[in-house]
This record gives sequence, C-alpha cells and structure tokens, in this order.
Amino acid sequence: MTSTLAPRRKRSTVVRPGDRIFSGLSTSAGILILIVLAGVAAFLTIEGIPGITASPDEVKSGQSFLPYVWPLVYGTLLAAVIALLIAVPVAIGVALFISHYSPRKLGQVLGYLIDLLAAVPSVVYGLWGIGFLAPKMAPIYQWLESNLGFIPFFAGPASATGRTIMTASIVLAVMILPIMTAICREIFLQTPRLHEEAALALGATRWEMARMAIFPYARSGIVSAAMLGLGRALGETLAVAMVLSVSAGTVTANLISSTNPSTIAANIALSFGEASGKTVNALIASGLVLFVITFLVNFAARAVVDRRKDFSGAN
Amino acid sequence: MAKSIDVSDLNIYYGDFLAVEGVTIPIPAKSVTAFIGPSGCGKSTFLRSLNRMHEVIRGARVEGKVLIDGQDLYASDMDPVNVRRMIGMVFQRPNPFPTMSIYDNVLAGQKLNSKRMKKSESDDIVERSLRSAGLWAEVKDRLARPGSGLSGGQQQRLCIARAISVEPEILLMDEPCSALDPISTSVIEDLIHELKAQYTIVIVTHNMQQAARVSDETAFFNLSGVGKPGRLIEVGRTETIFSNPQDPATEAYIQGRFG
Repeated sequence: MTSTLAPRRKRSTVVRPGDRIFSGLSTSAGILILIVLAGVAAFLTIEGIPGITASPDEVKSGQSFLPYVWPLVYGTLLAAVIALLIAVPVAIGVALFISHYSPRKLGQVLGYLIDLLAAVPSVVYGLWGIGFLAPKMAPIYQWLESNLGFIPFFAGPASATGRTIMTASIVLAVMILPIMTAICREIFLQTPRLHEEAALALGATRWEMARMAIFPYARSGIVSAAMLGLGRALGETLAVAMVLSVSAGTVTANLISSTNPSTIAANIALSFGEASGKTVNALIASGLVLFVITFLVNFAARAVVDRRKDFSGAN
Repeated sequence: MAKSIDVSDLNIYYGDFLAVEGVTIPIPAKSVTAFIGPSGCGKSTFLRSLNRMHEVIRGARVEGKVLIDGQDLYASDMDPVNVRRMIGMVFQRPNPFPTMSIYDNVLAGQKLNSKRMKKSESDDIVERSLRSAGLWAEVKDRLARPGSGLSGGQQQRLCIARAISVEPEILLMDEPCSALDPISTSVIEDLIHELKAQYTIVIVTHNMQQAARVSDETAFFNLSGVGKPGRLIEVGRTETIFSNPQDPATEAYIQGRFG
C-alpha cells in the first residue's frame, strides 16, 4: 500500500513556478474583489445605521427613514424597469440583426456604432435628455393624456417641459442599450452552427430558427445582459438627476406628469452637497438600500438562470 | 409519400468557385442510395443541394435541374423553407436541440407547421416517430428530460425521429454514423433498412462496408485534381459497383488503393 501511494503523492506535489505565480495572481484578484465589496458594504452599514435610526427632526427631510426612502426606492425601480422594458427588445433585435440578418460589413459598422454609444459620458446623455428629448416628448405626453388618459400611467396632467420619469427612462434605455446589445450579439454569434442547421433543415424560416435554436441557447446570456443593464439603470446618477423634475415624497404610477419620485442615486447626488450631520447618514443609508436592491436583483437573475440548467445547452 | 429525385447536369458554386460539376443522377423512390468518395469530393455539398441546405452558406448557388417527382426544386416559386419541410435531413454529428426535452425535440418540426395539436395527437406523433427510430423503449420513461442527456447513438436516433415526425418525402443523411461507435452504427443501419420501406433515403458515407450493407444504389464521387471541382464518376446497383465497377478510379477507391 505505502509503496504504491508514495510515488503518487510525490508526483502530485510537482508545482511549476508559472502555475504557482498564475494561480497566486488569479486567487488574489478574486480575493481583492471580495475585500472591496466587503469594505463598501461595511462602510455603508456603519455610516448608514445612524441615518436609519435618526429621528425626523435630526434630518433635513423631516421624515423618519422608511417614509423618506420608500419613494426613492419606488422611483429607482420604476425608472429602471421601464428602461429595461424599452431596451431589452431593442437590444435583442439589434443584436440579432447584426449577428444573423445584416450583410457582414454592415453588421460590423453597426456593432462599432453601438459600442460607441457606450463611450458617451452620462452627462452628455443628460444634456441630450434635457435639451432634445424632453421638449420633443412633451407634445406626445399631451397626446397620451388626452387620448389614453384613462390608463393610470398616462393620467396627467402632462408635463409641459417633458422632464418626466418616462423621459428619464428613455434616456436610461439608450444608455444601457450598448452593453446589452454587445453581450447579446456575442452570445447569438456563439450559437452552434449544428443547432441552427438542425432548425433550418426542419424547414424553419430565419425567424423560426432564431426562436428555436438561437434564443433558447442564448437565454441565460440574455438574462445576464438584462441584469447588467438593470444594474446600470438602477445606479445611474447624473443623467437622471439632470432630466427628472422631482417632487419629494411622490409615489405615483403616472409616467408623464411633472411631479415625479426621484431615484436613490440621483437624490444622493443632488442632496449630498448641502447635507450635514445625520442627513449625510440618511443619504448613505439610502445608498445601502440601493446596494441591497442591486444585490437581490442579481441574485434573482442567477436563480432564474439556474432553474433550467439541464436545458441550458452547456451539457 | 417517398418521391424519386432526378438530377440533371447540376453545377454547384460557392461564389465563383465551382465545387461540384455536371452531376446527372436518378435516385429511385423507396430505396437507399449511397454516395461514396474521398473527402472534399463534393458529396456532402451535393447532398445538401438536394434540400437547398447549401444555401445557408453565403454565395452558394446552383445551375442545372433537380426534379422531385417532376417538380423543379429550384423553380423561382419554390420556397427553400417548404423544400426542407418536404425533405428531411440528418447530420454528421447528432444535433438535438439542447434546450428542448426529448418530447419537444421530436415535435420541433410539427411546431414549425404551427398546427395546433391536441395533447393526445402530439403524444401519438412522438410515440410513432420514436418507435420508427427504434428509440421508444429506451426513452419512454424520460420524455421530459433534455435530449442532450442521451448517448451519441441515441441522440442520432432522436434526430432521425425528429426528421421523420413530419413525414417527409425524402430523408437525407450526411455521414450519420461517423461520430458513433460500431454498435450504435449497426442499430442505425438496421433502422435505415426499415425506413426505406417508407422513405427515399440518400446517405453520404465514408465507410464502404456501410455503403455495401445498407444501399441499393451507390454513386462514386471523385476530384479530378486539387482545386478542381468534384464529379460523379459512376452510379449503379450497389452489387455492380462493388463487384464490377466500370471506372478504374472506382475500383481503386473501393479496393482501398486511395482515398
């Protein structure tokens, strides 16, 4: 026994310096991420708790924490979800066009242009939203109010400036489009040719081939792309802060009025400069809430992807 | 069901490159026709031109005629999508849809016809197709599991079940056993024997024993040289081709002297 075990153990201890260096580097990179994340979480928690427990007269808003943060959470989620609803179908469509429909040259050019959108700083999107999109949207909001006003989303009164949560969401949608398109495109391109041909040989049209072979294969990738987009939309600060006309404490389903809930990130950016004492803690606590929301969203996305792991095509 | 194919003077191009030149071959209904020949001689390309699958590659086109029971496959009003619904195909590597269950894989073609089916009706189709493909006994208890969990030979039979579930006129097989072990191969060869009662089968194979075992007719393809197009050298009854070939190149190939 010992004589057969001994050489085996000896062989497994052969470690090449290259391996050791690389595994050390990658392990420490992985640990570093955890440390940074833990550091941020610890900071938010320690600094945030006084804000959560602060009494209403200690903070500028004059409210205790929950009623203060709830409209912000609502606004954050509403803007991000609308942005996602707009951006996901567009991203999938554009990615599919680039990967499977367009002539190769056109697809490449389009891919570059989309990537370029990602390089535009968010302040520029904010300017575009406030200076171009909002005035253009105002008449549309008027029309929506008078024709579809019975739907709570369009109840009005329509904003005259167009600086509504709808406009903010459209700006957000444009901002998250590039990353989502890029990911979807990469995944669509990776669809095994075998599966595409299987669908085509059964007599699938191109669209049926996409539904039969490409989308199921890309499903988890599309979810990841949407979550990355959602993460960015939840955290986006400057563009929302510039575009949105806010009235504190609003919680409404109305998407086209001039009284809108703010978002957590935009609210921090706008209020931090003139905040002091417990108000700062309250703002940091709202940051902690955003942190937790983002974490939960990612967690939920993982769960969705994992639930159908057997069918993912990875086995 | 089961139609004959009549190909006359078919040239297949990829862009400007002539891949296959001047193929004229009659393929009788309800029989197995095997294409043999060295790699790169255009037999797979030619097979794919029989259900217009070669068009998936950019720039591919053909000149000449392919008649399915007298109907021109390349007529301007012929939709390749309809062609492929009529002519099923099984590929070199088993390719069940990994995201679908065994059950849904078999029904994939039916879904494209977008007929609404009752559950009992689709159950029948699944059972009948899997029985025809000789797979029913092995998978009947796990129809809801993914098709990718099966062994290679089972996956290939699942693909055959998927292809025949829509009751095509013709079944094209592109080296269906080249990724399989000998036992799975012999199961599929037996299956081909049974299927030819109902379907016209065209099979590409690198395995000459397989061609001799399963086919009624054999066609030998060859390249005239590097960079030259592939050509059909000769076609005839399988016994004749293997015992008394007309062309010296055919004889050299089947005796293993090249290729």
